[in-house]
Amino acid sequence: MSSPAPSGALRSGPVAAVTLWWGGRSGLQAAILALVLLGGFLLGSNTLANMERFGITPGFAFLGRPAGFEIGEALLDYRPQDSYALALLVGLLNTVKVAVTGCLIATVLGVLLGVARLSGNALLSGLVQGYVELVRSTPLLLQLFFWSATFQALPAPRQALNPLPGIFLCNRGIQLPAFADGRAGGWLLAAIALALALALAGTVLRRRFWLRDALSGVSVAAVACGLPAALLLASGVPLQVEVPELAGFNFSGGTTVSPEFSALLVGLVVNAAAMIAEIVRSGIQAVPAGQWEAARALGLPRRRIMRLVVLPQAMRVIVPLLTSSYLNLTKNSSLAVAIGFPDLVSVINTSANQTGQVLETMAIMMGAYLTVNLAVSAAMNLYNRRLAARGAR
Amino acid sequence: MTDGVLQSAPPLTSPQPRWQRLWAGLFGTPLNAAVTLCCLALLGWAVPPLLRWTLLDAVWVGPADRCADAAGACWAFIGEKLRYILFGFYDQDRQWRPAAAGAILLALAGLSGMPLFWRRATLWLWLFGLAAALLLLTGGPGGPAVPTERWSGLPVSLLLAVVGLVGAFPLAVLLALARRSSMGGVRTLAVLFIEVTRGVPLIAVLYVATLLLPLMLPAGAAIDKLLRAQIAIVLFVSAYLAEIVRAGLQSIPAGQYEAAQALGLGYWQSMRLVILPQALRTVISSIVTLAIGLFQDTTLIIVIGLFDLLNTARTAAKDPAWLGFYDEAFGFAALIYLTVCVIASRYSLWLERRLRR
Repeated sequence: MSSPAPSGALRSGPVAAVTLWWGGRSGLQAAILALVLLGGFLLGSNTLANMERFGITPGFAFLGRPAGFEIGEALLDYRPQDSYALALLVGLLNTVKVAVTGCLIATVLGVLLGVARLSGNALLSGLVQGYVELVRSTPLLLQLFFWSATFQALPAPRQALNPLPGIFLCNRGIQLPAFADGRAGGWLLAAIALALALALAGTVLRRRFWLRDALSGVSVAAVACGLPAALLLASGVPLQVEVPELAGFNFSGGTTVSPEFSALLVGLVVNAAAMIAEIVRSGIQAVPAGQWEAARALGLPRRRIMRLVVLPQAMRVIVPLLTSSYLNLTKNSSLAVAIGFPDLVSVINTSANQTGQVLETMAIMMGAYLTVNLAVSAAMNLYNRRLAARGAR
Repeated sequence: MTDGVLQSAPPLTSPQPRWQRLWAGLFGTPLNAAVTLCCLALLGWAVPPLLRWTLLDAVWVGPADRCADAAGACWAFIGEKLRYILFGFYDQDRQWRPAAAGAILLALAGLSGMPLFWRRATLWLWLFGLAAALLLLTGGPGGPAVPTERWSGLPVSLLLAVVGLVGAFPLAVLLALARRSSMGGVRTLAVLFIEVTRGVPLIAVLYVATLLLPLMLPAGAAIDKLLRAQIAIVLFVSAYLAEIVRAGLQSIPAGQYEAAQALGLGYWQSMRLVILPQALRTVISSIVTLAIGLFQDTTLIIVIGLFDLLNTARTAAKDPAWLGFYDEAFGFAALIYLTVCVIASRYSLWLERRLRR
């Protein structure tokens, strides 16, 4: 059965590459592939036959039909008479919204907790350890149920809690101050994105030898902050902030974060921050003690040892693990379906049950998660490669 | 100048006694003192109300209306609903069966953790143990059959997790070997399966198993819902386990492979006798971590309408007579998960130390 690779395999070229990839044992491989294909064909033909039996036409034509169900919260303007395609997009955007905000907050909180865990203060590190153990030893779904019940048990708007001026907690959700003009938020986000892009571009350019003298750090910072701010002012968008106020039985003004979204976000962040804290701790501890000692021998103070010697090395351990915890948070956001937040899985489930187009909706769901996953992995791998390259230099 | 540098870098191994170091950490600098005071304030704010709720003001026995007046937790609710939370809808007078099945599954998992039982005979133990547990749950022999719709509570959580891990094992080893094989076609298949499965959430796989799998069968054929969830969990776990096994295979030096070849062993023989025993040993603690996650993830079967421990606990608080004791129900379920998972993670730490010797 086994056929040794022909001697020509050493030559380069597409044929040689395929031969090298294929390896040997053609008979065995062909048999396994044929078996898998046959299985797929049988399951597929069964599915098509069953769909015909139930009077369902295979294909994606259903995406154009009106969805007919409400979605509690949407980033786009969505009404029940809109198409299934728009409903699915709304679900996907909700998933992306909770994943992106969750990753950002969990990173900040996780890094702080990870550093706190390593502090010499036994009380602080003990508290963080207890938190991490508690979170890691109970199911995420149970935590989400708990947060969901907590947010529902908040008092009615009239007795709303007011932990900080302008912020109210009640059973209708979290009321936050917001821009009076709806467009202002978008403009501000665009300005922040521009500032970040400028800062990144400036940092990259400064690395180049020939620009190091022309661009000082201060001038990059000034341009990165000044230009977007000037554009924002020039656009003439009113930037007044409106504070929520009790009017009758509910709040008016400001913006409302729904209890479902709040519970999901808090649950995911509390869970992911514990994981990230452990990642940061293990990353910093993975740097050999000799590095600390060598930096001390050079006379560096503790803070600069951390920034210049330990963190750059720890990052090489931390980043790959951080990637997988971002991916986990994104995948865990699918638990939204259990606490009533309309994420992608929840919308897919409703669509599949209404149309019977199970094969198509499941394919869309898998495809969407794989795309999001690949995008996050690709971005983080790019960053990781830069880190690794800097280490090798 | 030199003095300043030396001051900023105290010696690494301090000769101080332990309590002095502790004190220095807590109150040594103004910042540390402030942090300590903040932590104490946090504890002072959170712990007394929690203690009052769980212990001091709690109602331990009595009817539901006694709980309504109390300020604390209603543990009488747990006492009243204990059998429902643990065993769900299983026939009241035959609940020794799921109890025994759960005990067998726990015992199997516990025994397999002991290095003494890392031998071939344990495979037979597993085979008989699993068969006995399933036989007990199905209601036979000597009794009417119990349909899987009535299986619920803790035994279902244990069953899904234990069978999920054990069922995934052979598949995972094959996938890991395929992914490291020189055969391109087989390798690509393995990579596709592993990466696609790891790229989607378990809930998505559960939905595929619940909604799509029945459509894929020939007309008239049907698979039980619990079995469908079990298949989904086995496939899902096998992708993660395959990556763990692959890491173990990669940690074995090439000399071992060459030595096995030099002894005249074939591929399967060298894997079975030389490589896999070493490779699996190096990744046991990763497998325990995976098992802990799996035990927690079995709660997700709630979304397809099955009843595990968390779902029975949640629905117990929907009984009109005992309405709304969610905090107690979740607290009790959390305590069970916490106990199992903390024991397992402590075991994993112990094992790591032992294997490093």
